[in-house]
Amino acid sequence: MDTARSTLFAKIWDRHKVVEREDGQTLLYVDRHYIHDGSRRAFEVLAEKGLKLRRPDRTFGTPDHYVPSSSRDISAIADAEARAMVETIEVNAARHGATVFGLRDPRQGIVHVVGPEQGLTQPGITIVCGDSHTSTHGALGALAFGIGASEVAHVMATQTLWQRRPKSMRISVEGRLARGVFAKDIILAIIAQIGAAGATGHVIEYAGSAIRGLSMEGRLTVCNMSIEAGGRAGLIAPDETTCAYLAGRPYAPKERDWESALAAWRALPSDDGARFDREVTLDAAGIVPMATWGTSPEHAAPITDRIPDPSTAPDAQRRAGWEAALAYMDLAPGTPLDAIPIDRVFIGSCTNSRIEDLRAAAAIARGRKAVIPAWVVPGSGLVKAEAEAEGLDAVFKAAGFEWREAGCSMCVGMNGDLVAPGQRCASTSNRNFAGRQGKEARTHLVSPAMAAAAALSGRLTDVRRMLAEG
Amino acid sequence: MEKFQRIDAPAVAMAMPNIDTDQIIPARFLRKPRQAGYGDFLFHDLRFAENGAPKPGFILNRRDAAGARVLVAERNFGCGSSREHAVYALWDYGFRAVIAPSFGDIFFGNCFKNGLLPVVLPAEAAAALRAEIEGHPNGRVIVDLETQRVTAPSGKEFAFDVDPFRKHCLLQGVDEIEFTLGLADAIAAFERRQAAEWRWL
Repeated sequence: MDTARSTLFAKIWDRHKVVEREDGQTLLYVDRHYIHDGSRRAFEVLAEKGLKLRRPDRTFGTPDHYVPSSSRDISAIADAEARAMVETIEVNAARHGATVFGLRDPRQGIVHVVGPEQGLTQPGITIVCGDSHTSTHGALGALAFGIGASEVAHVMATQTLWQRRPKSMRISVEGRLARGVFAKDIILAIIAQIGAAGATGHVIEYAGSAIRGLSMEGRLTVCNMSIEAGGRAGLIAPDETTCAYLAGRPYAPKERDWESALAAWRALPSDDGARFDREVTLDAAGIVPMATWGTSPEHAAPITDRIPDPSTAPDAQRRAGWEAALAYMDLAPGTPLDAIPIDRVFIGSCTNSRIEDLRAAAAIARGRKAVIPAWVVPGSGLVKAEAEAEGLDAVFKAAGFEWREAGCSMCVGMNGDLVAPGQRCASTSNRNFAGRQGKEARTHLVSPAMAAAAALSGRLTDVRRMLAEG
Repeated sequence: MEKFQRIDAPAVAMAMPNIDTDQIIPARFLRKPRQAGYGDFLFHDLRFAENGAPKPGFILNRRDAAGARVLVAERNFGCGSSREHAVYALWDYGFRAVIAPSFGDIFFGNCFKNGLLPVVLPAEAAAALRAEIEGHPNGRVIVDLETQRVTAPSGKEFAFDVDPFRKHCLLQGVDEIEFTLGLADAIAAFERRQAAEWRWL
């Protein structure tokens, strides 16, 4: 291998090979394993086989999928099966010696918010979790990807995974973002361009001046939705933003180790001239606020557009997909996106529930009034506390938004927070799949600022108009 | 895990792209214990009306879908959530192979861990196979992992690729965890090396 011209991905991959078979399968070491309340099945497999958790010191978790956003009291979970999911993670963690931030711990939150926040997610390491949005952690230059329950059990027992080396893809976003355009708009524009299977089998490295210019929160949003483009993982090269973000966090390296870590991290970025299997380029200045109109994240368009006509679809399978999506969404071709009425708003999820997301939404909500129900669900107890210290909760409440407790909430449709059948939700989450937010619920994916704008107007709205008014 | 057997059985076709795992099994069923059996949850909200009655138009509710063991789908089948329950639901219903032009990566991996064979065929081949299935309501499809061939009801054959290690594991019913535990020395050696180099982890 030409180590002089290596990609960030290749450097991490090569460093974590335990065994490489001639048939191409690689046993990859897992540096950190994140678990959540949905990881119960893997603990059962471990118990069935009479095995121990190999590295409890490398295993961290928090309940998020099944927790209520109404209260930190576990008895608030009415459904006994759901309550058992939240209880079981703490029982399993205690039995096996893993670290879990439980429901009453101020550090509890969505696992993909908590990992970076605690400094557990670090450049150059491998991270897996039984959740597809594990790609989020690539924002710090970690190779992080989601796995299924059988693989979770395999990692618990062996701290490794069998993997075939994925292909590499670089998506470069060059130039400056216009006002009112955020990381969420970048990733939706990327998915609209390359499709929901556009990066299947690839690890994406996001590059270019617009990506480098993003804060860590923005980078986490972009990498989070790599999976919605089919990507195995998303990565952003560690730089000064990354190091500044990590400095002083509870699990970040300290003192002499910090200096050694910095030296190792600085060697990680892709070398000049490194080759990628695919290259895609976007012009940042051309990106405008985005919204989805259908039931796949690839059904995304600028808010200034109209809903496309299936008869103009590029091929038969896409035509079938568009027709089914419009039937489910009860929308007609040719409708301007900003004419779509909205019934409720959800600001939260592992995509957009960090402090900057809440600030962006609060900036729009400040001094105005929501005309439809709107929820704000911080990504962790610590995000909630930070927002409250800044007075963001007061801004939201004054504008008629509900201020709730940390968790996956209305993104996942499994904790009681649901969009009612037929209702239309402007949501900062990551999936507009049929039934995702509840049976027959209709989801429009947008940025936090766009979600706040929709709450104030009762329809999808170009947030730039509200910025001009403000 | 059960050893993978050659399949010779009826098949069903779904022409919609991007069938995500939320549609394969809605989130509200994921808290059920594995022993409960997931076959009834498969495609639940596409398959059943509010009152629990089968929706007449849905493919699995058609009489000719009875006994189907092979599902022929479109691009990006199994995208989205990592929920392995999507594979449990397909398996418990009776499916043993899913054929599509592309799959969600995590779903694709989950299939192999549970004895379900995901087969990638080019888009044109998958479309031709779906057309044949629609045209031969009682036709059978053969999926032979040993020879890596799919045979359509008309006898037309399609070759497919499969990772040799995964093929071996499926055909032999290998338990991957047991297999990897046999490499404990290599894992321990890696850990010693890493502990020396990256002390901060």
